[in-house]
Amino acid sequence: MAAATVAPAPEKTRKSLRAGEGRRGILLVAPTLVMLAVVILYPLVRAVIQSFQKDEGLNPATGMFVQGGYAGLSNYSHWLLQQCAVAGGGTQPCPEGTLGSQFWGAFGITVFWTVVSVGIEVILGLWFATIMNREFRGRGLVRAAILVPWAIPTAVTAKLWFFIYAYDGVLNHILGFAGIPPQLWTSDTWPARMGVVIADVWKTTPFMALLILAGLQLISKDVYEAAEVDGASRWQVFTQITLPLIKVPLMVAVLFRVLDVMRIFDLPYIMTGGANGTTSLSILVVKQIRQGFNSASALSTIVFIIIALTAFVFVKFLGADVIQRPPGYTKRKWFRRKPPEASQSVEATPEGAEAA
Amino acid sequence: MANQWRRGRLLTGVAAVAVASLTLAGCGGGSSSGGGSSSGNSRGPITFVTGKDNSGVWAPMIAKWNKAHPKEKVTLKEQTDQADQQHDDIVQHMQAKDPGYDIVTVDVIWTAEFAAKGWLQPLTGQYKFDTNGFLPPTVKAATYNNTLYAAPWASDGGLLYYRKDLVKTPPKTLDQMWNDCKIAKQHNMSCYAGQFAKYEGLTVNATEAMNTFGGQVVDSAGKPTVNSPQNQKGLQMLVDHVKNGDIPKQESTFQEEQGRIAFEAGKFLFMRNWPYCYSLASTEGSSKVKGKFAVAPLPGVNGPGASSLGGHSEAISTYSDHKQTALDFLKYITAPAQQKFIAMKGSLAPVRASLYDDPALIKKLPYLPTLKTAIANAVPRPVTPFYPAVTTAIEDNAFAALWQGKPVSAALSDMQKAMQSASSGS
Repeated sequence: MAAATVAPAPEKTRKSLRAGEGRRGILLVAPTLVMLAVVILYPLVRAVIQSFQKDEGLNPATGMFVQGGYAGLSNYSHWLLQQCAVAGGGTQPCPEGTLGSQFWGAFGITVFWTVVSVGIEVILGLWFATIMNREFRGRGLVRAAILVPWAIPTAVTAKLWFFIYAYDGVLNHILGFAGIPPQLWTSDTWPARMGVVIADVWKTTPFMALLILAGLQLISKDVYEAAEVDGASRWQVFTQITLPLIKVPLMVAVLFRVLDVMRIFDLPYIMTGGANGTTSLSILVVKQIRQGFNSASALSTIVFIIIALTAFVFVKFLGADVIQRPPGYTKRKWFRRKPPEASQSVEATPEGAEAA
Repeated sequence: MANQWRRGRLLTGVAAVAVASLTLAGCGGGSSSGGGSSSGNSRGPITFVTGKDNSGVWAPMIAKWNKAHPKEKVTLKEQTDQADQQHDDIVQHMQAKDPGYDIVTVDVIWTAEFAAKGWLQPLTGQYKFDTNGFLPPTVKAATYNNTLYAAPWASDGGLLYYRKDLVKTPPKTLDQMWNDCKIAKQHNMSCYAGQFAKYEGLTVNATEAMNTFGGQVVDSAGKPTVNSPQNQKGLQMLVDHVKNGDIPKQESTFQEEQGRIAFEAGKFLFMRNWPYCYSLASTEGSSKVKGKFAVAPLPGVNGPGASSLGGHSEAISTYSDHKQTALDFLKYITAPAQQKFIAMKGSLAPVRASLYDDPALIKKLPYLPTLKTAIANAVPRPVTPFYPAVTTAIEDNAFAALWQGKPVSAALSDMQKAMQSASSGS
């Protein structure tokens, strides 16, 4: 606002024009902002407020539930320090059979799945994308075949693998031909965990491959031809040309997948119901909802913070650019309103205009 | 432009994650301790809420009622056929104090929770419901704090399926049954199929074993009493027979259906299961045991064992505006004529004792006399408002004891601690 009066005359018309644009712009985005506030901000704030309330307790005289009152940080210490209430006040380490005792286990297995699944998916995805990027007869068919698992809903995928892993299932049947006795795939801890990894990799590698393929197709053939002329080996071409040029789409794909796996729910829930060390953080939240909302709110707030931090690390430090930079883009001008091409007028715009 | 876009997209991404992880929590909460308001004239149209009507009994019963009561019509609202989802659906509507859910169908294990939340109209005073002639355990399961909160409607109890071509007389005691396992060995079969995967069915099977030895999970006041010598014996028995192979290792994945399929394939000598298997095992094309099996009450220490009680009750919502009509409807659906109808048409187990001696019904459902013994000796699963936590405590620890070598005494001690912690707030 103040900028308009301070600015020199020739700039004035442009400024006021832009101020008007800004106001109209705010009007135009207002419905979206309201929508976001309703569907994102409200539940978020509500959950945080709830997480500081105790769950309802039983009034021993009437046998009826009563409000639990202010909880302080006890809902958070319940999860993070695994402290459970004991009859008559005080806390003890949560015994087996409580959800509180499962938090760090669930956290560990969620991180394990994230690292292992996404790791395998990156390698396979790169490989598939390279295949799909080549020119050969029947390429359409190969592409379609690779993409089929991605087209199947996760719930169906989970049920599918549930039947494959069953004691009388396909996998044991096939192993039977090789003389291997039937195994209980979803009943022991590590087979069940790896079962989830396999199903997840099967389903989402195509997604990874697709995003990488999009990156590969942007690389001009000239670069490869130049490399060939210079006598680069295939490994050099891959590490020096392909990888750097697909880094951005690759990191975006990895970011999406990491966030996906960190809140994984349907796959393990349908395959094992969370048994045998396959309770992910999201499954734990849903189980806790049936036992008390406020404690569940604390848990989902913790999960939210974990995921938000992960996303932040990816975007800030690992260069997962969710939007491709235009050519000539200069780095890290976070608070500018205009692209650098028009840098002069941007320089003249004080920060205050943004608030107007 | 790129900058704004970047930030916008980042925000959207983070926000989307936030929504995913928080909408779940956001819909919870709210006050639920208060009672509802009951209005003066409490007659009029009502809505009846139940899980998916797979047996097809509700439409004809409601049509008949609506013909006779044009001013107090009943509308059927079907939920999904998943118990957890039915539970959550009722919870949401009750938290919203929805007067549109007049009668809700309550699984026996939810009664105490819903009653303690103040969502169910006590069936006393002007809403008194007469339970004379009902099987006592079904009434007990619908009772919380010495108050009846729901009308028992359909029952269920565990039965022992056995191969009558291999076992001459059904075992009456547990010792006899485990002794008969040598017959299974001779025929290269496994012995006993139950539900031992980590889910609600494990709670059913574990509490059956513990109740059979005279133990209990919670006392009549709802206090956890699971760490007892009787329960130790019951759980130890299951552990011993897992160890000696009478309950083979693959049963750690067995729910009802896996057991039924294996029994129908002739792989098991005995199976503990619900009555629904009877007609399937006698008629299904893939069944190899047609005409070769029969049912008996679950064996106990000296006589019939203590089955867990299944089934559903019907409760009037505190928030209903037409409770008198709702009560009349409850009386109608539990009357002998309707109870006989649900048994004939839907193969459901009636709650009225007299129907189990009805010759026409026995002809249609030959297992009825056995089921009567089972339900008469049945123990409701722990009646506690903290049922979800209690069942988690039992499942997790029983599973660890059966399949992961956790000592039985440690498992029971943890069960006890976990239940106590649940009932004294998190």
